[in-house]
Amino acid sequence: MSGGGFPAAAKVALRDSQLRRNVGKATTAIRAKRERAVGELADWEALRTAGAAIKARAMATLPEQLERLEERVTAAGGTVHWARDGAEANAIVAGIARGHGASEVIKVKSLATDEIGLNEALEAHGVTAIETDLAELIVQLGDDEQSHILVPAIHRNRAEIAALFERTIAPGQDLGLEPAAIAEAARRHLREKFLTVPVAVSGANFGIAETGTIGVVESEGNGRMCTTLPKVLVTLMGIEKVLPEWRDLEVMLQLLPRSSTAERMNPYTSLWRGVRDGDGPEEFHLVLLDAGRTDVLADEVGRQALHCIRCSACLNVCPVYSRVGGHAYESVYPGPIGAILTPQLQGLDHAPTLPWASSLCGACYDACPVKIDIPTVLVHLRGRVVREAKSRLSPERLAMDAVGRVFRSRRAYERAQRLAQAGRGPLRHARLPGWSTMRDLPEVPERSFREWWAEARPQGGTAGGGIDPVDTTGRSHG
Amino acid sequence: MRVSLFVTCFNDTLFPDAARATVAVLERMGCEVEFRADQTCCGQMHGNSGYEDEAAALLERFARVFEGAEAVVSPSASCAGFVRERLHDGPPVHELTQFLTDVLGVEDVGASFPHRVTLHPTCHSLRGLRVGDGPERLLRAVRGIDLVELGEAEECCGFGGTFAVKNADTSMAMLGDKLRRVLDTRAEVCTAVDTSCLMHIGGALRRQRAGVRTMHIAEILAAQE
Repeated sequence: MSGGGFPAAAKVALRDSQLRRNVGKATTAIRAKRERAVGELADWEALRTAGAAIKARAMATLPEQLERLEERVTAAGGTVHWARDGAEANAIVAGIARGHGASEVIKVKSLATDEIGLNEALEAHGVTAIETDLAELIVQLGDDEQSHILVPAIHRNRAEIAALFERTIAPGQDLGLEPAAIAEAARRHLREKFLTVPVAVSGANFGIAETGTIGVVESEGNGRMCTTLPKVLVTLMGIEKVLPEWRDLEVMLQLLPRSSTAERMNPYTSLWRGVRDGDGPEEFHLVLLDAGRTDVLADEVGRQALHCIRCSACLNVCPVYSRVGGHAYESVYPGPIGAILTPQLQGLDHAPTLPWASSLCGACYDACPVKIDIPTVLVHLRGRVVREAKSRLSPERLAMDAVGRVFRSRRAYERAQRLAQAGRGPLRHARLPGWSTMRDLPEVPERSFREWWAEARPQGGTAGGGIDPVDTTGRSHG
Repeated sequence: MRVSLFVTCFNDTLFPDAARATVAVLERMGCEVEFRADQTCCGQMHGNSGYEDEAAALLERFARVFEGAEAVVSPSASCAGFVRERLHDGPPVHELTQFLTDVLGVEDVGASFPHRVTLHPTCHSLRGLRVGDGPERLLRAVRGIDLVELGEAEECCGFGGTFAVKNADTSMAMLGDKLRRVLDTRAEVCTAVDTSCLMHIGGALRRQRAGVRTMHIAEILAAQE
């Protein structure tokens, strides 16, 4: 995270009118499409409930499910590796690539590999990772950063992409602005790689414990190429991606495409188990990555962040994300889900501002296909930041303590109210910098509601007195 | 029905007119309204900012203040929602419009307000309390009203409590889009069930000298112009 965290990074992003236009246009379009796709299913709410229950069961029985998965993958001829953190996972993947003398690996879009910086780690070992997902390729060629879980180059428009390709993979060509022609340039570049590079690296949408099946869903077919053509396939899977049973896919494969690309069904669903003679890769490695996930599991409220199936619906409906874009979150996981996942995976100290990167409007919770209660987790993480990361003497804490004392006593509250009316005192804390740049504050009216009530309804049920231990004076007005 | 008013510290201090209008509407509907003057704040600001101990103390205090109340009614979806979510064995707490439509079962509260009005459905009423189209039905029954639909109505205005200060730039970007939608309606009044969102929207409308005023929905439902 940069020094100023989310507020500072957002401020920079908000100034970029091209980015505002690109992200705003894309999220508005996909939001409407998702609503249509979801609206087609009468049992959508039941599906969400089922999805949440499947993930809750998987997390509650995680050690057992992972051991089942390992056993089935091994029985099917694959090799399972366990990685405590990103460094261990990177070393395992680099070791496999170098063991096969590969100077290049082709990659299926994978957030887990981005999370642990696999491409950079491979580069340090003399192995070049080539992204084959179109958007990932755009980001890689532009030496850029992803800004969306599903559409990593959402911040780029077609003119920017054509110019980028003309500078890199299609030198000397005039690609024009037709999407088909721009995509064709990427296709020609990638086909050669699919046919010649001996090692592929993928992520996993699901790993089925019951059968040892790994699943990748995608739209472009590049994933199918990567998981079938090279001699060696390495899959990096976060341990939270395990599903207990094969039948769980029935629910997940309905929830995911409708939530992510607003499709009834995604174009390519690749499912494989271990290796098979004369068909597909000769060697299959599954790297199971922890990298902070068991720590997240220990937090009873925060752990539901591990239920995420990376659909990105929460990004598309988020009024914050749709204005600032993904870079402001300074993580491979942007948007509402990133705001609860990143601080937990990296530690609160590394991303202390992210739990506040939300107005708590609740749109993300309504859109989430596995019902992750993101607003509740955000508030919970705010509490953890306040307890674990904030100084006892921070100005905010001192102000909150002072206001809290005022609210804990009717006498103090009424005194503060009169001071506010006179233009002084602690209830004027709302006059903070930031507010008044665009908004006028209301004048504090001369008479509070309670003062009016005491005069207008002298017998009006002003019960009480003695609620507060130190407050024995009862009503101070009327 | 005997109703105990949970005015909220915010309305008590900054928007007493909305609170008085709430009393007027409830009494017109035949409710006997009491005001327990020991009430202060429900703890929402502390709770949503991560100061959980303070929030818990204030919630516990809230429960003592309103102990035994038959129905607690508040002109704030945000505060009513917070209490309902956090306080599990307290008295029944209702947001005003939801109380009118769902508990009393009324839509026409006998109001008359011959003005062009647009409704901003606040996040906590929509996605927290699930008030649905209750506020709109109440407004449609107001005599003389010209109710115009707000574009992208369900999107957050960018207030979000301390969000408006901690993430002031993002909050303003959201507010900018909301203002554009409000101005597009050519309404003279923008209303909502929460004065907090209205303070944010109204503060910018005033700054811009936009000629659109903000009013809490209770003020419209109380009006007999």
